[in-house]
Amino acid sequence: MTNHKNMKFTLKIWRQKDAKSKGKFVTYKITDISSECSFLEMLDILNEQLINKNEEPVVFDHDCREGICGMCSLYINGRPHGPDDAITTCQLHMRKFRDGDTIVIEPWRARPFPVIRDLMIDRSAFDKIIQEGGFISVNTGGAADANSILISKLPADLSMDAAACIGCGACVATCKNASAMLFVAAKVSHFALLPQGRPEAKERVRRMVAKMDELGFGNCTNTFACEVECPKLISVSNIARMNREFLCAKVG
Amino acid sequence: MNLLIVRMSSIAMKIWMSLLGLFLMVFLLIHLSINLCLLRANPTWFNDAAYFMGTNYVIKVFEVVLFGGFILHILIGIILQIYNWIARPVRYKATSKTYTPFLTKYMIYTGAVVLTFLVIHMFNFYFIKLDWVKSPIPALANGHPDFYTLAAWLFSKPLYSITYIILISGLGFHLYHAFRAALQSLGLNHTKYNCAIEIIGIIYSIVIPLGFIIIPIYFLI
Repeated sequence: MTNHKNMKFTLKIWRQKDAKSKGKFVTYKITDISSECSFLEMLDILNEQLINKNEEPVVFDHDCREGICGMCSLYINGRPHGPDDAITTCQLHMRKFRDGDTIVIEPWRARPFPVIRDLMIDRSAFDKIIQEGGFISVNTGGAADANSILISKLPADLSMDAAACIGCGACVATCKNASAMLFVAAKVSHFALLPQGRPEAKERVRRMVAKMDELGFGNCTNTFACEVECPKLISVSNIARMNREFLCAKVG
Repeated sequence: MNLLIVRMSSIAMKIWMSLLGLFLMVFLLIHLSINLCLLRANPTWFNDAAYFMGTNYVIKVFEVVLFGGFILHILIGIILQIYNWIARPVRYKATSKTYTPFLTKYMIYTGAVVLTFLVIHMFNFYFIKLDWVKSPIPALANGHPDFYTLAAWLFSKPLYSITYIILISGLGFHLYHAFRAALQSLGLNHTKYNCAIEIIGIIYSIVIPLGFIIIPIYFLI
């Protein structure tokens, strides 16, 4: 805490009463914010002040606040999860801003992610995609020995890297086309790389891609913005793998 | 056909887009090799090549494939772009600060520049070959319009040449992202080869437009 200092900010926050209402930006001034305070703590402080003034607090998504649940979802000053790399919003600290900065806070913008209220969005579209194939079918019975299927290190590592996706939606938020290709690709790759995922691989990729299209996500134009903003550094090589899987599923 | 494309999945459309794009890139190479014949003072080379391209039956079959390729590439590109616009009905207030290579975001716009060029080019040359448009130059070679003299006449006009150079530069910007994006859409991404793929794409996007641009400069100076 040796570098601690108090900071002040102007916040421009998207306020929207409910999914059907027309939203607008509301400006708030906030002072005495510690540079070591997290971004969500800063919003907590703002909400305390709003409650004390009998005003509606700002609604925003959050849960674990340690970068693993993927709930926090703010588009801050033109970047999902704010001005830092490979982090979620809850891992963002106010020291990343300059004293006196104006911070524009918006919800993720995508047709399949409708705003529920203020900065909170409905990301159940991702759940619907997972329901189409983000699993392996295993009959009940005695648990198989963990080492009965040997998996070499490279595919195991690549699969684990893909499995690191927390489904926060930053890839959709940052993509100029609101494409969910990185998310779907991570889920497809996670299973496609492992022998346990192979039996259903063709059906999985077909169904998940069809659901992604049906929900109205945009198309990938290979700008790779998703890879830049992914808090878990999921690689776009997973998108290429999904394309291969899709092609094989269609022609094979 | 249009309805068939609309019903395709997003990845299927991307795969078609890539295959067609790569096919058109090969065509550009062939077109450039013929155009470079214009750099010879003797018009026979270019006119013979134009005569061969205009009369050979194999080429005529490929011409249909080529036009089909162009039309589908443009059509799928427009459909994908419309879907992309619909996918984000409310735009962000803050400008995106996410780093992405500049030209990767503007493929539809650079594509529109290429389409503009294509339309002008068709009126200037191809429609004359088909006798749909009257040639401004009465000269004939092998009983066909003298395309060397026509090209030399067009490129001697500074306004036409400058417009040509600007539009061809748009083609270069389009090609800059095209090669790597096409291979990525086809699933060809490998850490070992990505760098080589990017370099080949950049070299292609510079060399091909430069090859075309040299020709109006040659006739201007």
